Amino acid sequence: MVKTMFSKGKIVAKTGNEIMAEAMRQIAPDVVAAYPITPATEIVQIFSQFVADGKVPTEFVAVESEHSAMSATISASVAGARAMTGTSSQGFALMWEMLYIAAGLRLPIVMAEVNRALSAPINIHGDQSDTMGARDAGWIQIYSENSQEAYDNMIQSVRIAEAAKLPAMVTTDGFIISHCMEVAEVYPDADVKEFVGEYKPERALLDYKRPFTLGAIDLQDYYFEHRYQLAQAMRDSKKIILEVADEFKKKFGREYGFYEKYEMDDAEIAIVTIGSAAGTTKAVVDNLRAKGIKAGLIKIRVYRPFPAEEIAKDLSKVKAIAVLDRADSCSATFAPVYLDVVAALYANCGDKAPKAENYVYGLGGREISLEHIEEVYMKLDAVAKGTKKASTQVEYINVRIK
Amino acid sequence: MANLKELSKHAERLTGGHRLCAGCGAGAVARQTLIAAGDTPVVVVSATGCLEVSTSVFPYTSWKTPFFHSAFENSAATCSGIEAAYKSLKKQGKIKDEEIRFIAFGGDGGTYDIGLQSLSGAMERGHRMLYVCYNNEAYMNTGIQRSSATPKGASASTSPVGKVIQGKEQPKKDLTAIMVAHNIPYVAQSTIGNWNDYVTKVQKALNTDGPTFINVMTPCRLGWGCKPEDSMEMVRLAVDTCIWPVYEVVDGVYKMTMKPRGGEKKPVTEFFKHQTRFKHLLKPENAELLASIQADVDAKWNKILALCGEK
Amino acid sequence: MKKEDKKLTAAELPAGGLLEGGTAENFKTGPWRSQRPVWNKDKCISCLTCWIYCPDSAIKIAPDEKKTTVVTGIDYDHCKGCGICARECPPKVAAITMEEEKK
Repeated sequence: MVKTMFSKGKIVAKTGNEIMAEAMRQIAPDVVAAYPITPATEIVQIFSQFVADGKVPTEFVAVESEHSAMSATISASVAGARAMTGTSSQGFALMWEMLYIAAGLRLPIVMAEVNRALSAPINIHGDQSDTMGARDAGWIQIYSENSQEAYDNMIQSVRIAEAAKLPAMVTTDGFIISHCMEVAEVYPDADVKEFVGEYKPERALLDYKRPFTLGAIDLQDYYFEHRYQLAQAMRDSKKIILEVADEFKKKFGREYGFYEKYEMDDAEIAIVTIGSAAGTTKAVVDNLRAKGIKAGLIKIRVYRPFPAEEIAKDLSKVKAIAVLDRADSCSATFAPVYLDVVAALYANCGDKAPKAENYVYGLGGREISLEHIEEVYMKLDAVAKGTKKASTQVEYINVRIK
Repeated sequence: MANLKELSKHAERLTGGHRLCAGCGAGAVARQTLIAAGDTPVVVVSATGCLEVSTSVFPYTSWKTPFFHSAFENSAATCSGIEAAYKSLKKQGKIKDEEIRFIAFGGDGGTYDIGLQSLSGAMERGHRMLYVCYNNEAYMNTGIQRSSATPKGASASTSPVGKVIQGKEQPKKDLTAIMVAHNIPYVAQSTIGNWNDYVTKVQKALNTDGPTFINVMTPCRLGWGCKPEDSMEMVRLAVDTCIWPVYEVVDGVYKMTMKPRGGEKKPVTEFFKHQTRFKHLLKPENAELLASIQADVDAKWNKILALCGEK
Repeated sequence: MKKEDKKLTAAELPAGGLLEGGTAENFKTGPWRSQRPVWNKDKCISCLTCWIYCPDSAIKIAPDEKKTTVVTGIDYDHCKGCGICARECPPKVAAITMEEEKK
């Protein structure tokens, strides 16, 4: 996120949850169906107060589970409503079946998701295991580094989802962003309203004079075409995401892309990561730059669709990279983001691809410090200089192994 | 009471060409429900199951009214979302002042078992909708596995008759009573073989401002092992034997709407003898089990008579 | 090739598997029959019992000159031959009989 000019917004201090609820108030969806779960509870709690106070025309459906939350959000969307929900972790896991259905039916639902570890053991703190697990569900995934991004991403996601006919989730890191007060700029209601526009679905189930069936069984002769359409829609959404970002920049002054590059112009070593750890990493980059080490960072914002060509192009110039994943894959190989980044490098750079390492960090809210990140950069520096071989297996940060 | 000459004046909203078995009761449930609605606009949702997969096989659909399906356990939650969208869009003036009714279908699997939580939530929240459970007393779509609606003694593919166990060991769950306990304004039991009783109840439910529930006994000729032409008569025998009491509960007040034909309760064997799922119960070695099933039916019948003020 | 047999491509299909209402009318389940209901117009009293119980919407009806609904026949494109109509027809009327389907 790069601020290029000031708009007429108001500077406020808000937590990630508060600001996501604020975005929802300004978007004023027709229907919100949700079930509380730590650490995302506040989003829908605050929003239900907006409903109770008549600040939004939304029908708030206080469902009895997240499965029903996603089911009702899906059907409200099919009915012709702009529909949203919010959840985290186990609640997100309970929605799993319905996540794929939302995407397969091509519904532009927007979900505020707070990243939290998955059970077992039960843990309420932040990591990205929940949404990483749903990376192939057909949802656009947009991750946020801080409150401002969470807010901006929510507003843009409505436009992106509706243009792409794909559901979109906007995430923040549990507690680290969801519960931390940060200064952010909130734009005037009228500007947000104008930006998101009115939702005009091509078809609505409530339009009973033009009856349609949605959700028919699709057998060998059609299922594959419909799934191809979904995959193609994800590819096509890249253009939409950039167009919406461009319009957003013109209106609100903040610049967004698929990812943010930090000190990448002449970087020789780089970390690729997602979410709040990017903030810490930037501080480390600054320290290393002061010492003459050419460190850089790529912070992925849009993980689905994955910007493979673009990221490969930017990373092709560096000598060694480390991908920091806040989720493990339990696949006996590497973690999700690394797999995507390395596949992108292999496909696009061939022999010119940088050496790559993979680090899993921060599971269940485990701290990651400046020192931990600096240590990764120092290893990369050694790899870049040829004094250390790049690790061929996933490495772990700050976990007691032996 | 409904009148067929009147009901037949409106356009048919379920076409033929669906893939339900010949003689399937579910097709009749869908048709009679839509016929009962007359020309009132209705939006229909269904749980995954025979009705849903057979009436909508891409690129064919039998529904001439808006129809939506997403999953198995969420028919009621799905209907809630649509009703909420309707309320929201109407309130905002985004749709015109048209009255639309919302109907959710589920089989006994999607209703008694996997969808019970979703149903309970929707009923408690008070969405204006009619939930119809087409109850054929087992998971027929996946091959006749037992459900919590399967009656005691019935053979099902996961409660089979064997050397030491004679069919399902547990009595069926009284889901209708559970719905009554939600204090919703309209709850009823009916059968698809008593069209006037069923159609009248659907009309009452659709005219009720709040959540409504109808549990309609529906034959499955494959699962029950009966002749396709006997489908409708089969469920009428369930009423004659008092195995399936037919009543309604309006604002908590019970009323019997049909009694056994001829005024005399028939023994349960009159229902069992036409169906292969019960044939083992008629063997002499299962006389004791049969007697206990008859005793259960008698006790429940007396209880419902008392609730209906008939005793 | 019949219209419904032309299979659309991913580029042609509506997103999400949306189907226009009532297309199953074009799907014939008549060939499923092993027994065929034969309707006797002269015996029929148009009580509509067969119509209300038919699971396949296969009893054809229409308003007569007095705008009263009468049975006009059987839709053999969709009738699966279950025999419910013949079974439910009042015994004194017996306007529908089941016969072996000639293949």
